[in-house]
Amino acid sequence: MANEILKKITTSIVDGEPDLTLDLTEQALAGRVDPMAILDDGLLPGMRIVGQKFSDGEYFLPNLIVAAMAMKRAMARLEPELRSRHQVVKAAGTVIIGTVQGDIHEIGKTLVATMLSANGFAVHDLGVDVPAEQFIATVKATGATVVGLSALLTTTMTVQRSIIEALRTAGLRDRVKVMVGGAPVSRQWADEIGADGYAEDAVGAVQEALRLVGQTTAA
Amino acid sequence: MRPTLRLLADDLVDRIVGEGFQLLMDPGVRVHNDEALDLLAGAGATVDRGNRIVRVPEKIVRRALETAPEEFYLHTFDGRPVVHYGGDDVQFDPGSAAITMLDSDTGRQRPALTGDFVNLVKLVEMLPQIDAQSTSVICADVPPEIGDLYRLYLALNFIRKPIVTGAFRKDTWWTMREMLLAMAGGQAALAERPVAVFDCCPSPPLLWSDLTCQNMIDCARHGIPAELVSMPLAGATSPVTLAAAVVQHTAECLSGVTIHQLAKAGSPIVWGGSPAAFDMREGTTPMGDVGTWLIDCAYTQVGKTLGLPTHAYLGMSDAKIVDAQCGLESAGGTVLAALAGVNMVSGAGMMDFESCQSLEKLVIDAEVIGMAKRLILGIEAREDPIALTLMRKLGHRADYLAETHTLKWFSKELYLPSAVIDRGSLDAWQKKGSKSAFERARDRARQLIASYKAVGVPADVRRELRSIATAAARKFGMNELPPLPEQALGV
Repeated sequence: MANEILKKITTSIVDGEPDLTLDLTEQALAGRVDPMAILDDGLLPGMRIVGQKFSDGEYFLPNLIVAAMAMKRAMARLEPELRSRHQVVKAAGTVIIGTVQGDIHEIGKTLVATMLSANGFAVHDLGVDVPAEQFIATVKATGATVVGLSALLTTTMTVQRSIIEALRTAGLRDRVKVMVGGAPVSRQWADEIGADGYAEDAVGAVQEALRLVGQTTAA
Repeated sequence: MRPTLRLLADDLVDRIVGEGFQLLMDPGVRVHNDEALDLLAGAGATVDRGNRIVRVPEKIVRRALETAPEEFYLHTFDGRPVVHYGGDDVQFDPGSAAITMLDSDTGRQRPALTGDFVNLVKLVEMLPQIDAQSTSVICADVPPEIGDLYRLYLALNFIRKPIVTGAFRKDTWWTMREMLLAMAGGQAALAERPVAVFDCCPSPPLLWSDLTCQNMIDCARHGIPAELVSMPLAGATSPVTLAAAVVQHTAECLSGVTIHQLAKAGSPIVWGGSPAAFDMREGTTPMGDVGTWLIDCAYTQVGKTLGLPTHAYLGMSDAKIVDAQCGLESAGGTVLAALAGVNMVSGAGMMDFESCQSLEKLVIDAEVIGMAKRLILGIEAREDPIALTLMRKLGHRADYLAETHTLKWFSKELYLPSAVIDRGSLDAWQKKGSKSAFERARDRARQLIASYKAVGVPADVRRELRSIATAAARKFGMNELPPLPEQALGV
């Protein structure tokens, strides 16, 4: 029974049916399936399949986002259950993400935030046109270990470099891994400005973030 | 509303058809086939046996136009009607009968061999944008006398999609029919669910060779659809004005439909062609020329007016390598063919006029075809209200990517190309090896061919096909056919 419904949950994520995912999550809870199992063996495997299908060219951005929405809604239902059992979901890591000051492009950044969140990261999305000071203040307030900086313009990508410098000045550079992304951004640029991570798309960003937090905990 | 291209004003169509009829009386058509002359004489045409000139009165032609079917279907080899010859449906098959293959490694032409054709056939099976197979290359590793039937023999071992083919001799037509019968399991089944159409080409201007005329008559009598391929060459074998070239095309096709319907009224026949605007500098037959496209689309309109299914050779290029010229010429012809509503568009993969086939070009053409098919679906409201409900819900938030509305519609509204079309970032493109369209197409062709799965032609049918083809080969000094690439058959 438990296995069967967990499989159905996985499939509903892959098929992009948020209502069904929520409904099945309710059913699983009513059937006394462990909330942690719903997360680990139902929802997350679905997200991994969706990510793989996206990388293979079979899935497109809307599939990705709708799966993430399904995940998010199911999580909102699971969290109070987990709390009442004194179970804690160990976040893969805490990420602060935003589009840098002077740049108001939102889509790519939100996509990455959504995908990180759906893959188990605690995400603080600061929005667009975010000043360096706000990144710094949020790192201090949350103890985040990853900072994601998005820039869609050749004129604003240089701000990524100044934020990295500002983190250094504030004495926070060793506490966080910095990821950069955006249309004009390349691996070469990331290396040049001393960023720790870079990815071309939202699925790549999840893998890169996982790699970076792996490093963080190992260090 | 479906976007359509109509080049000719109604009164111009009438004048073109009117002059087509008049040409059939004076100077008449020259017919080098006795059976066709008998049929025409029997119907009341004036036949000059010595000069083989026939003058065909309009009423005989009108009768033929009435009995010729407006539409018919080609079926997959497992019996599904998938290609609709009729209305404004648009379908695509590779250009036929190339003599060379563009080598994937050297990028240069060389004679086409058995393995090349088998690869083309598998690739066509795997490309969802391509609707039908064609006997796309002539293999140089068998005697030329069996070049036509050998292609069909090879194809039949690997295909499910219907096939556009043709015979080069009178006797080989019968061998090819025998193979189709072996596949279909008999005459009744083959006539009921046609799987193949045979191209029949009049010679410009206004002439029918013995061979092509006989093929056409034999097709009619045995319920195998025939496809007229009239090919005026504007300024060389036809008048240079485009409308006059269409008049010549009309007269040639009208005479073809007449002979065909006299052989067997009601048998399916297609109004088709492969005209070109003669190149006045090089003396060649450019298929990527705008004049060529205009003649094709105009005669298609004439054929539709007369109530017949249509075909055209479009979507080809005169380039010698898969380069920018190759892309622009193929795209232009393909898009126009779709807008003109040509039922069967032959040309994918073909370049260097009509002499070379390329796996890479075929893969790139498939993307052009996908886009052209999307183009003619046009724009629909989809929902009522079109946008109000959704846009009021989101207000000024740019969150459409996360809407289920987007998930519901994006794959229906947008054409989603394969990785042949590069739309990634510069960095992503570099990371994948900074590949050209040709290299990406080569990767995709190899991947698709490798993932081709045998269609499961029963072993006894395959043996019968081979014995039919081998018997034909022995007449021309080849005792054993080249081995079939057995691996691909899963045996």
